[in-house]
Amino acid sequence: MAKLTRDDVLHLAQLARISLSDDEVDEFSEELSAILQYVEQLSNVDVSGLQLTNQVTGLTNVMREDVVKDYGYAPQELLKNVPKTKDSQLRVKRMIG
Amino acid sequence: MTVWDPIADIAAKVRQGELKAVDLVEKSLASITKAEEYKAIIATTAERARKRAQQVDAGDNQGRLAGVPFIAKDNFLVFGAETTAASNILKGFDAPYQSTVINRLEAEGAICVAKANLDAFAHGASTENSDFFTTLNSHDKTRVPGGSSGGSATSVALELAPFALGTDTGGSTRQPASFTGVVGYKPTYGLMSRSGIVAMGSSLDTVGTFARTVEDAELVIDVMAGTDELDSTTIERDPAGYITDPTDLKGKRIGLIREYMGEGLADNVREQIEQAVAKLREAGAEIIDVSLPSLPLALAVYYILCPAEVSSNLSRYDGQRYGFSCSDAKDLSESYTRTREIGFGKEAKRRIMIGTYVLSSGYYDAYYKKAQTVRTKLINEAAEAFKQVDFLVGPVTPTVAFKIGENASNPLAMYLADVMTVAVNLIGVPGISIPCGVSGGLPVGLQLIAPQRADRELLAIAVAAERVLT
Repeated sequence: MAKLTRDDVLHLAQLARISLSDDEVDEFSEELSAILQYVEQLSNVDVSGLQLTNQVTGLTNVMREDVVKDYGYAPQELLKNVPKTKDSQLRVKRMIG
Repeated sequence: MTVWDPIADIAAKVRQGELKAVDLVEKSLASITKAEEYKAIIATTAERARKRAQQVDAGDNQGRLAGVPFIAKDNFLVFGAETTAASNILKGFDAPYQSTVINRLEAEGAICVAKANLDAFAHGASTENSDFFTTLNSHDKTRVPGGSSGGSATSVALELAPFALGTDTGGSTRQPASFTGVVGYKPTYGLMSRSGIVAMGSSLDTVGTFARTVEDAELVIDVMAGTDELDSTTIERDPAGYITDPTDLKGKRIGLIREYMGEGLADNVREQIEQAVAKLREAGAEIIDVSLPSLPLALAVYYILCPAEVSSNLSRYDGQRYGFSCSDAKDLSESYTRTREIGFGKEAKRRIMIGTYVLSSGYYDAYYKKAQTVRTKLINEAAEAFKQVDFLVGPVTPTVAFKIGENASNPLAMYLADVMTVAVNLIGVPGISIPCGVSGGLPVGLQLIAPQRADRELLAIAVAAERVLT
């Protein structure tokens, strides 16, 4: 049975790129364990011979022509929500030391 | 009291010049102001709506929805107001383009007047997970309107506009429709484009329609349905469209879902559902007891697949491209983690964490793949059931609208509110909630379900059912 420790929660938070407060780590360790315990009822279900489902309506590889289409948006319009820009590019914090 | 005429009549009067779009928009905006205490609305698009109404009145008035005001859940990209998905992380987001379905409604003359409240990112069953405020149930202000599209449902229940849009990933349209006493429609997966809608669980997400009657919903659905090059999961519309011909219940085989009528169903809801089913039988429908033995597993499948897809879809909120961005981080990595810590609410974090867990190496097979395979089992059982019957029927929710705060401290209890709606999304079939009765002043909805792509047939029988139920 899955019981998430504080370390497990911190590891998950790191994978998900979220910082958590100390209280949140405790809270999530309880809550996520309860949720995982609930979904674990699937472990006993016999699914032999069954394929998995990714897509319900049976569509596969929907193709279109690879052509540029003008939707009429100005670049500055599409960039208006970006926190920081420079010369029509996204500006982000330093990545390497 | 009915504030609005049927949608087709409103549009016809606008086309003939008997009604003015500007007056309809003002009427809707005034009713929104008057109903502020219910907190159904996050923001109006008043300025743009007035401008569009003037264009309609100036001659652009021949559309099938000419001048008809509507309200969109705030996870649809719409011009004229922020699109926040009721989340702090998207606060201030100014949509650079609109949802395809919004464009289609506008092309027929409909006018969006406001954005409705929701559980942030559509994660929830009560609107209590909204990062801003909780919407109140119009029948009892101490109760929730359901969710996640609780603001849209309440808007229609209060008749702030003749129709509203929601989304339905695990019941987010049908459940609030049931709690507020309006019609809520969830189409076959892919029937309506999700382009320009804030993504939640992409293998489950659909566009929901709220209206006061099934006939009103049909017209809106008919305008929105069909393929879209911007959403490659969309499917062809029914060549006959979604405005249905009068249908008789006589001879229709309707399966009453045994698993939904058992333990866990509140007595007052059971009573209403049994009475409604009896009325369908009296009107000539053949009611057949049907079992889908794996249905009790659907919620567990859903709460693996949905958070998995949520964790993937919400990875884009990193503070670099749009939305809230933590400005005092020392490097890029800290900018991500702090932005997401501050910007996401509790439930979004919870789902991201669950999703990350079930997708992580070592757990992927046991959780994610297993859930996808049980999903197949559900699909197969539904296919078997639809060999015996034309439609399925049952409750939408196990209880009437619950009290604000009742489930707030227990996420698992809140998830159980979806127990009778998630299977429809997992199977990809259409489902509708129609009002079927009132218990202690609180509405109860009846859920009708049809096979994939039988949306037209489902709407037709829903019109017939609505007639005998009201």
